[in-house]
This record gives sequence, structure tokens and C-alpha cells, in this order.
Amino acid sequence: MSQSHNRGLVEDFGRWREFSAGMWAWVFHKFTGWVLIGYLFTHIAVLSSALNGDAAYTQTLQGLEQLAVVRVLEVGLLAVAAFHILNGIRLLFIDLGVGTALDTQEKSFYASLILTGIIVVVSVPVFLEGL
Amino acid sequence: MSTQTPDTDDSDPQAERMARKDERAAEREEAASTPDVGDDAITLKVFRYDPEVADKQEPRFDTFHVPREPGITVLDALIYARDTYDSSLTFRHSCRQAVCGSDALFINGSQRLGCQTQIADLNDSETVRVEPLPHREVVKDLVVDMDHFYDQMDAVEPYFSPKEDPDGEQLQSRENREKIKMSTRCIWCGACMSSCNVAAGDNEYLGPAAINKAYRFYFDEREGEDRQEERLRIIEQEHGVWRCQTQFSCTTVCPKDIPLTEHIQELKREAVKQNLKFW
Repeated sequence: MSQSHNRGLVEDFGRWREFSAGMWAWVFHKFTGWVLIGYLFTHIAVLSSALNGDAAYTQTLQGLEQLAVVRVLEVGLLAVAAFHILNGIRLLFIDLGVGTALDTQEKSFYASLILTGIIVVVSVPVFLEGL
Repeated sequence: MSTQTPDTDDSDPQAERMARKDERAAEREEAASTPDVGDDAITLKVFRYDPEVADKQEPRFDTFHVPREPGITVLDALIYARDTYDSSLTFRHSCRQAVCGSDALFINGSQRLGCQTQIADLNDSETVRVEPLPHREVVKDLVVDMDHFYDQMDAVEPYFSPKEDPDGEQLQSRENREKIKMSTRCIWCGACMSSCNVAAGDNEYLGPAAINKAYRFYFDEREGEDRQEERLRIIEQEHGVWRCQTQFSCTTVCPKDIPLTEHIQELKREAVKQNLKFW
């Protein structure tokens, strides 16, 4: 063979419209995982305001909670965490050989999406209370 | 002694044959310029690439119109296009019944066997887009370089190694046969490996087909115990079963419906069991 053609990565994420359920589950799981890691650093930064004393900590938290954008982000965080947990449980079952059939793993992915949706909708009033 | 037929006739058979051949070529050419493909013709868009032809060095898509027949498969359409319009259209095919595994192609965005895929069953049966298998280098048109795939298959040593000196015939129990039944169906078409995102990013990853092959021998009760352990050593390496991230892409595309992800997961559990022995 004298020469061949490498089409690069165009087949991968350029084809997102053709992704199957299992692939979406993987994409969402990676994405939510990275968001949670990112959040962890923010979390530590906010908590470390306690190093400057009680008042500074209270002031930081109250100041943040007054911002509407923070409340909305918190709902987003819950959505991300809920999906990651539920899909993580799904993956644990798959690791144990439960629900590895093609249609079962699709259903369990959709179930974790729907459950995430329900959890988020139910908790919106709690997060936006007293804004 | 001469084997030549005596030249009693004035006509030259060779010239006659040539004349008939030219006639047929002219007919074909005419058919190609004004093909009667009907109103509901299938539009076939085919990936073209040939490093040896100047205007095909840059990959492009060619469009062919193929008459719609009941039950026409993508392979039938490709053969029609090749025979009618462009004899240089290149693709692999052999048995036409999903056994040889030659014609795994990327059809309308998914890895399928051309011979197994009826155009009427596709989501978009008007326009059929045919490309070579993704994540493989293209040699020409729809032909990809399968060397790497075969190397990975060989890496798991896909042959039976029975217990030493078996006493006569080695019988397999019905239960054991059932267990490995699906894994024996692999036709080495490479669709699974091509669909796998992890394999695309990690050239050393054994890939679903090779791991499935290892599964087929690992769980065969007739294989020698030492051999079983050796096989497990191969697949539990860094680029073995642990690369699988359960995207289920391979299971989705497998033309023989092998539960590949399930098999990989089972071997992961075997690897854990072997390494976490407390007894």
C-alpha cells in the first residue's frame, strides 16, 4: 500500500446526532464528573473563608446566597450531581452484569435522566426560597 | 498436431468477439448517460478516494442513482453502481450473506454490513450515504486497512489450546456450549472496533472483537487451566478489558448481535476474581 487516507476525528464528536443511548450516558457521565471536580475547588475556596473568622464566613455565604445566579447554579449543581449518582449506580449494576442487555441499559439510562429531572423540579422551590 | 480449428470460414472469431464487446461497451455507456432508474430511484452517495488518481486524491462523495427493487441491499446498490456507472468503484464483498465479514461499511452514520442492510429499513431510504469504516485508514474508496484489527485479534491468541494429552475425544457440555454460543458468532468484520470511541483514542486497546474472541476460549471448559490463566493475563493488561467504558457502541452495531459489552464486563469480573483471591 503506497498511501492511505486518515480521516481524523471527524467520525467522533462531529457525529453526535447519531450517538446511541449508551454513548450519551458516557458523554453525560464524563461531563458531570468534570463539573463536580470543578465544583469541589469552588467549594473549598468558599469554605476556606472560615480561615478569616466566623464573621467572614457568614458574610461570604450570605452574600453568595443573595445572588440569583448562585441559586440557579446550585440547581444546576444538584442536577449534575443527581445524574452522576444515578448513572453511577447504573454503571455499577452493569459492572455486576445486571442489565447489560442492549435495551435494558438504554432504559436504565433514560430512567436516570427522568429521575434526575424529577429530583431537580421538586427541589427548585427549596433552592429559590427567600430570594 | 494442431489444436487450431481449420480456417474454413472467412470470418475471424476474435474480431467478432471484439465487435460484440465494443457493442456492449457502447450500450453500457449509453445506459450510464441516460440510466432508466425510475422515479423512486435511490440516491447513493459514496465516499471516493484514490491516491493514484489525480482528481480522487482529495476525498469526495460521488452520487449514483440506483433503481429501487424490493429488498435491495446497500451491497446490491453498490454493485449496481459499480457495474453500471463506474467500474473503478472499489469495495470488499464476498459471500453476500453476512458470514464472510468483508463488507462492513459506515452506512447512514452507523457501522453495518452492506449485504445485511436493506435500504428500505434505513431511517433515510431516499439518500444512502456509504463511507468506509471510521477509525481505519482508507486505502481506496470504501476499502480500509484492516491490518491493525487483525493484529489485535491475533494478540489474544485466538486458537484452542486443549488440556495436555486429552484422552480421546473431548466433549463439551450443552451448558458450556450455550455459554460461549454468542461469542463464537464473530465474523471479524471490524464494525465493533470501528464504532468504539475508546479504541479510536487508544491504538493499543485490544477492542471488543479481540476481547470477545478471548471470552470464547477463556470460558470453553475444554481449554487447559494454565492456558486459561495465560489468556486472562493478556486481557487484563492496561490496554485490555479495563479500557472498556461501557458505551455499548460495539453491541449496538454488531451485525451478529453478540452481547460484546456483557462479555467484556464478565471478563473484567474474572480478572478481579483472579487477583482478589483470599483463599
